Parts: sequence; structure tokens; C-alpha cells
Amino acid sequence: MSPTAAQHSDGLTVADLVVTYPGRPPVEAVRGVSLTIAPGETVALLGPSGCGKSSLLGAVVGTIAPAAGNITWGDEELTRTPVHRRGFGMVFQDGQLFPHMDVARNIAFGLRMAGVDRDERDRHVKELLALVGLEGLGARAVGELSGGQRQRVALARSLAPRPRLLALDEPLSSLDAELRRRLAVEVREILRAAGTTALLVTHDPAEAETMATRVRRMADGKLI
Amino acid sequence: MTSRAATVRTRRSALSLLRWWAVAAAPLVFLGLFFLFPVGSVLARGLLEDADAGAALAVLAEPRTRSAIATTLGLALAGTLGSLALGLPAAWALGRFAWRGRALMRAALTTPFVLPTIVVAAAFSALFSRSGVLGSWGLDQTPAAIVLALVFFNVSVVVRIVGGAWESLPPGRALAARTLGASRARAFAEVTLPSLAPALASAAAVVFLFCTTSFALVLILGGSRVNTIETEIYIQVNQFLDLRAASVLALVQVVIVAAALAISARAGRARGLTSSVGRLRAPRPLERWGVAGALLPAVLLLLAPLTALVERSLRVSGGHGFAHYAALFTTPERGVLPVAVWQAAVNSLVTAAVAMLIAGVVALFVMSLIARRSRRGALLEAIAMLPLGVSAVVVGLGLLLTLNRSVLGIDLRASWWLVPIAQAIVALPLMLRMLVPAARAIEPRLRDAAATLGAPPWRVALHVDAALLRPTAAASLAFAFAIALGEFGATAFVARPDRPTLTTAIARLLSRPGPENVGLAFAASVMLALIVASVMLISERWRRFEGSGL
Repeated sequence: MSPTAAQHSDGLTVADLVVTYPGRPPVEAVRGVSLTIAPGETVALLGPSGCGKSSLLGAVVGTIAPAAGNITWGDEELTRTPVHRRGFGMVFQDGQLFPHMDVARNIAFGLRMAGVDRDERDRHVKELLALVGLEGLGARAVGELSGGQRQRVALARSLAPRPRLLALDEPLSSLDAELRRRLAVEVREILRAAGTTALLVTHDPAEAETMATRVRRMADGKLI
Repeated sequence: MTSRAATVRTRRSALSLLRWWAVAAAPLVFLGLFFLFPVGSVLARGLLEDADAGAALAVLAEPRTRSAIATTLGLALAGTLGSLALGLPAAWALGRFAWRGRALMRAALTTPFVLPTIVVAAAFSALFSRSGVLGSWGLDQTPAAIVLALVFFNVSVVVRIVGGAWESLPPGRALAARTLGASRARAFAEVTLPSLAPALASAAAVVFLFCTTSFALVLILGGSRVNTIETEIYIQVNQFLDLRAASVLALVQVVIVAAALAISARAGRARGLTSSVGRLRAPRPLERWGVAGALLPAVLLLLAPLTALVERSLRVSGGHGFAHYAALFTTPERGVLPVAVWQAAVNSLVTAAVAMLIAGVVALFVMSLIARRSRRGALLEAIAMLPLGVSAVVVGLGLLLTLNRSVLGIDLRASWWLVPIAQAIVALPLMLRMLVPAARAIEPRLRDAAATLGAPPWRVALHVDAALLRPTAAASLAFAFAIALGEFGATAFVARPDRPTLTTAIARLLSRPGPENVGLAFAASVMLALIVASVMLISERWRRFEGSGL
């Protein structure tokens, strides 16, 4: 880890990260990427599909084990920390809402894991529903939601436990163009309002421009 | 750096490998002791006893054996063709159109599948035996009666597999062919039929498999005239006490069933059908006649034996009444049964409950180990599914022949425990067939989503895996209970004569002359059918799990 990174009290530092997938020969999806994100910043990783940006995101969040390199938050070494103890949230491409829970229970899930009591949870869920513009839809089954509503719920769900970093993996790519433009602005405002540090992966330059404070391009497993 | 990470990962995976085998030990010991060892030693006895393979060949050369093998294959082939002939039109009518009463019709046509074979045997016996409703047709103790019973049973398999595939075909696919200039018939021949081919092949193979393992049907309906390998095994054991011949026959049976299973597995693998979002349309006026005509034969075949069964269970000298049902509560005269039928029913329920618990525990172990695909998982899955590839008769024979002495200090000689254990072995693969696809269908990224929200692994297992699997698990337990209740092939070998189950009691009553015994058998069959059908209904209701499409 570089000494300059250690001077920051907070923020994400990725150093020399390598992600390989087994196979013959093994596939190097991420080939030595270093990146820092300051608190409150939204960084977009922009690149074509297959450039390794989702693998990088997975390694940061902890769903993919890196072959080499380090991930730290401030002074905290996180490379071997299991996903659920990193305090990082994630919005998945297709939402990945829990099909057996209604909207409110989906949003409350992270709060339950954190041991927040029921009243506090209910209050917080209400706030988040308002934040993403879905007031009163708490009792809806997730199967009854439109694509845009689903991604709003996914965003609210990942924001609920107040993650110190929010990873967004192509959060709008399953939506149609018009909705995507509108939601991109909304998501930016929501992230600003919550003061969340975010790492966004997308292949859409306009979306990266709209949502991020800084855009990094990625190709063939490396930042350029 | 890289090497350190690699070492850590190797150590971690070695630990998880160790843990995997430690958990796998439980189901493996169970299957080893009560399935692999008994069946293995039966087969070994057939091949190798006295180090004399010539004697095994001598058994094969006997006319009795040859005729049993030919009958088995012939009946299975006829049964498969008949099931397709009646099942395909029904699958079309149910899978292609939406109409009022469709759900009810589908439920009705798939009922036979869940009926115990002994009940179906009793129903066809009620229909075709000399004093039966259609006794004048002279089909008593003929292969034709058995084939009809096989078709009765397996139409539901065709309707389930092919009808389901038909329903999930995107209707746009055939329409696309039509817009490209194909006539209705060509669109069917070139688009719809090839899309259905894997399901058709799979259905045919499964039906063939079921036809070769329909012990109770042949035993009851064939009488002394028609013998398959399974009934021949039973006769060799119970009448001629020739365990050698039984073992050789068991070997042949295993080979035939394994071949059918291999074909069905291969056919099943090709089934990669996307489920459609489109809705089925109502049939047009002319098509409505087609739908009715397509369903009529299957419905007639469904209703005739069941009606006959109910009628015969109510037939008493000089009219109809409930005398046979009343007799369920008294011990039959002249020692036909040592206990009253209701006591056999209680014994059945208790045994089936124990079998369900055993199979459930083993299935949960196995499922948790094989849900994530791996080579060692495939091995365990193959072992756990193996009872499906060995007919229940062979399982029962194996338990009877090997556990007649104390094994590893456990003495199960003529023990009541052998019955639920045998039933659990039979039910296990069927449970896994329900559970494992459901476990594998859980989107792995849902687990990631839960983990990123702060859920540790045990809470992911609880809130995602267990929560999503609960309905299927409950349904599969009920299914196992129903299988165990209706199990006859293995039970017939291990149930003690003084503690009959409902199925062995029915078989015994049917084999005895006298209208009293037969009437009692029919009443007992109606009772068993009602119990099993209601358990299956509950299972089906539980199975529909919520929001599986997300």
C-alpha cells in the first residue's frame, strides 16, 4: 500500500488488483488495477462488456476472490474480509430482489441483518421509499413491480444499511432509454443527498457522465 | 504475493473439501448399508456364487426366464406406445389452449400417476376379472389387461412432461414460421415438433422405465399366466426358494432399467426449454371438437377402472351397500389376514411417516451437498439416484437376503424397521428430483445480494436458500409420504406377515378366492387411493412456490 493512501482517513484504495478465472488457460479478467475513491465521490468505470469492470467491482465488494492485490478502506485491510463484513452495498444489474419478500421486507433486509429494531426499521423503510419515489408501495410483491420500480427498490435496499461504499453494476441497463436517462439523474441526486461514496460500472458514456463525479475508462482488464 | 494468496486459497479449499466429505458421510453410510451393500451382494450372488458363471447362464437359458424377459420388454414397449398414443392428443389439448375446466382436467388426468400401483391393479382387476364390470371381454389374466393398466398409469406422465413442454413453447415461434410462409401443418412439423422432440423422447424413456417396474400390476393382473422378471423374482423367492435364480433375474432387471434410465437421462439433458410469457388462447369452435376428441380416450380409460373399483367395493350379495367398508374394521375370517384392514392402515401410516423422516433427512443432506455442481457432488448424486435405476423389487430382495444377519452390530433381522428403510430408499431419488432442481434454480446472485446487505453465511442460508426452498421441501416430504404409503415392490419382500401394510394386505386379499375377500380388497383400495390422493393434493398445493420467475 502506498503511504499517500494511508494518510487519508477514509476512502477506497484498490492496489494492483488481479482477478483470474480458472480455465485452460486461466482468464485474466482484471490485470493489475489500482484506483482510489475519495469519500463522497462517485467514480464510474466505463468500458465495453468483457473488459473486466464487473470483475473489478465483484472483487471490491467481495463476491469474487482476487488472485492478487489489495483492497483497503482507509487503514482497514479488506482483501480477505467476507462480503457481509465489508460494509459495502451493491445494486445488481437486474435488481436481484428477494422474490419471497414484499418491497418493504426487501428494503428492511440489511437493517434486520444489522440488528435494527422493528420500529426503527419501519421508520427508515418509509423514508427510503419516499427517497426513491415509491411512497406507499411497501406491501407490494416485487413481482408486481415495473422494471424501473424494481431498480428503485434495489437502490433503496442497498442504501438502507448506510454502506460506506455503494457499488452499482450496470444498474439501469435493463431499462428502456427514456427511463434510463431520467433515473440516471435521480440516482445521482439520491447518492448526493445521502452523501454516499459510489463505484459505478456501466457501458453507457452518457450514464457515466450524468451519474459520476469522475469517469475512468477500462479496457482489456486495465484502466486507461 | 500471488503465491501467498494461492496458498491461502488452497488451504481453504482443502478445509472445505474435508467438511464436504464429513457431511457426505451420513447419507453415504445410510445408502451404503441399506442400498449399495444389499443390492450389490444380490447382484454378486447372481454372478459369482460358487465361482460358477455357468450356473448363472443356465438360469438365463431356462424357458421361464426367457419368457419373463420377453414379456417384460414386450409389455413395456406396448405400454409406452399406448401411453404416447393416448397421451399426446391429451397433451396437445391441455398444453395448447386455455379453456374453462382445463386445470381440473389436467389434475384429473395426472391423478393416476400418484395412485399406488396396487390400487390400479385392483381397479383393473375390478374391471376385467371374471365377475368384473367388463368381465365378458375375457381380458382376465391377459397381457392386454396389463397393457391397458400401464397406459392408464403412464398417460399422466406423457401429459405432465409433453403437455408442460408444449405449454412453455413460446407461441411466437410457430407464428414466426407462419409469417415466413409455412402452413399450419408445416409450422407444426418443422418448428413445434422439433421443439417438443426432447420432451417426447424423455417422456417415452420415463414411461418405458415405469413399465418395466410395474410389479404390482403384473402380479395381480397377470395371475399365474403372465410373468415379468419382477414377478418371476417374487415367485422364485416365495415359491421355489431359489435365491440363486432370483439374483440372476435381479441382475437382468437392473441392466434393463439402467438402459432405460440412461436413455431417459440423455433425452432429459436436451430439454432446454424457455418458459413462455405469452398466454394460451381459447380454442376456436372447430378446435373445440378436436380438444374434446383428443381427451375422450384418456378420460374413458381413466374413469372405467376407477368406476369399476368403486362399484365392486360397494357390491354385496343381492345389491349394493357398505358391508365391505364395515368389514375394514374387523379381522377377516379363516386367517386371510392376521389383523383388521384398519390396523394395516395404521401400520402403513406410521411406517410411511418414519420413511418420510428418514428420506427427508437423507435428501436434505444430499441436496445441500450437490446443489452446487462439482465432480464429487455428481458422484454422490449418482449414488443417491441409483435406487431409481434398480427396481424396488430388487431393493426389497437385497434387504431381505442380506440383512437376515447382524451387520456391523446392528441386528435388523425381520425387523419392522426394514419396511420404512426400504420405502425411504425408494422415495429418496424422487424427493431429490423435486428438491435439487429447485435448489439449483435459486439465483446465486441473490445470495451475493444478501451478503452485501450484511448477512453472514448462515443467515444467507436461512433467509435466502431455506426461505425459497421451504414450499418445495414441504411438498417433497408429502410426496415421499405418499410414495411410502403406496409402495409395494420393496415392501412385499420385507413386510412381516403379522404386520401387513395396506398395500400388502390388499395384495393378499386379492390373491384369495371368495367375493368377501375381493370386496374387502376393493374397499381397502378405495381407502388407500383416497389417503394417497389427498396427501398428493397437499403436496401439489405446497409445491407452487412464490415468485420463482424472479
